[in-house]
Amino acid sequence: MSRLADVIIRLLRGTGEALFLLVEAVWACRWAPLNLPKIFTQMAEIGVATLPITAMVALFIGGVLALQTGSVLVDFGIQGTLGGIVGVSMVKELGPVMTAILVTGRMGSAMAAEIGAMSVYQEIDALKTMNIDPVRFLVMPRLLATVIVLPVLVIYADVIGWIGGGIVSSVNHRINIPFNLYMRNLTDVVDFDDIINGLIKAMVFGLIIAVTCCYVGLRTSGGPREVGQSVTKAVVVSFVLILISDYIVTRMLFL
Amino acid sequence: MGLFRRRTATPDEAPPRRYDESTPVGTEIHGLEKRYGEKRVLTGVELTVQAGETVVIIGGSGHGKSVLLRHIIGLETPDAGTVLVGGLPSIDPEMRARYRIAMIFQSSALFNSMSVGDNIGLWLVEHHIFRTSGEVAAVVQRCLAMVGLDDAAALMPSTLSGGMKKRVAIARALAMNPDLILYDEPTSELDPLVSDTIGKVIVDLKQRLRLTSIIVSHDLRLAFAIADRVAMIHDGRIIAEGTPDAIRAHPDPLVRRFIARA
Repeated sequence: MSRLADVIIRLLRGTGEALFLLVEAVWACRWAPLNLPKIFTQMAEIGVATLPITAMVALFIGGVLALQTGSVLVDFGIQGTLGGIVGVSMVKELGPVMTAILVTGRMGSAMAAEIGAMSVYQEIDALKTMNIDPVRFLVMPRLLATVIVLPVLVIYADVIGWIGGGIVSSVNHRINIPFNLYMRNLTDVVDFDDIINGLIKAMVFGLIIAVTCCYVGLRTSGGPREVGQSVTKAVVVSFVLILISDYIVTRMLFL
Repeated sequence: MGLFRRRTATPDEAPPRRYDESTPVGTEIHGLEKRYGEKRVLTGVELTVQAGETVVIIGGSGHGKSVLLRHIIGLETPDAGTVLVGGLPSIDPEMRARYRIAMIFQSSALFNSMSVGDNIGLWLVEHHIFRTSGEVAAVVQRCLAMVGLDDAAALMPSTLSGGMKKRVAIARALAMNPDLILYDEPTSELDPLVSDTIGKVIVDLKQRLRLTSIIVSHDLRLAFAIADRVAMIHDGRIIAEGTPDAIRAHPDPLVRRFIARA
């Protein structure tokens, strides 16, 4: 019983501290104009590192979505609506969630590892002794970069996913919808609000990834083994929070 | 969580004094106690360090030397007692704004993603001490010359030896033009020759800059060579304090045993 109480207390304390870190990081954003090089460096790292893997995964997700859905639609003779279905699915759900998960795996883990190693090797303490706020120096640039870059990556993933779906629709003999017809249906169905809602989701996910991974990194103590454990923890917690917040944001935006 | 408890200055809170002004500052510690869980690490530490003085704190591993240093620089909050730097509590943001305190960590704590030059110039850049990067580069070069590493600015920390890292860490501290400088085991994990080099750097800085220095070390050779006063900590308490000669002749059996074994 006392062990359960310990777990609950740790969970509540962790949640409180992470929220406090979020508030501190958002407040530190007032120093963003003086920290542009750091923010741009982080944006470049997140963007460049994630572009190739995002393209590959989005292309196949779009393709599989078209294949699975198209084969069912053919049975009802409504395969002409496939473009719209793939388009909306990518924009509203698969694009933001898939990209957030990729960014967590690719860059969130790197954030947790880098900041975790800095904690372990007293670099965070060194910052504090130099009167340099670690939240402003480390967390704020990562938070802003993730919140800005993730929506851009989502647009990129959406477009590649649409193309993947279009290619499969046109080359698959059973579905057999010309690419231009697929795209026409897609552009008819997907409206601007769908895209904006997907981007809002992406920004929320960006916030979650940056704060979770930086928080876990800053809490790291011990040695290389603990850094590894922090990376795993940061990624797992981010995944869970992304999926929970996905439901909440969807409920708020779409229903 | 320590990170959040201690407020650090933001870029608009630039140091209020001119960069080239440095005033050695004293430290007073009264009844300092610290406990981690069930373990009592510091148990009523009393220590006074005068401005401009060099005090070496000696003692075995795990007796609270580094924890004491972390309290002086405000990285830890005392459970009881006071740590005053220049008359202000070490955890008070006002103290941080008024005095410049630098610390050389046992692990050197260099930022591995930055070059040596960027490491040394970081404080200057982040606090907007100078208008041009040329002025920062000049200070970096001067600090590197003081520790005998004139050509190291472009190197990355991962390519440096342990002794070079320590010297870069000292140069980084000097770039702050500190009022008080703290050294945590500056010669640990170094061979005797490199330890001597570090010792000479510290002595040289002491003679040239007249800084207040507090050095934690179990290296008695270094301690007796550079200290104005030596304090021995045992089980979280200062058990002996005095000039190097007084400590060598101290009657306390714990002190005698430590000196004999070291």
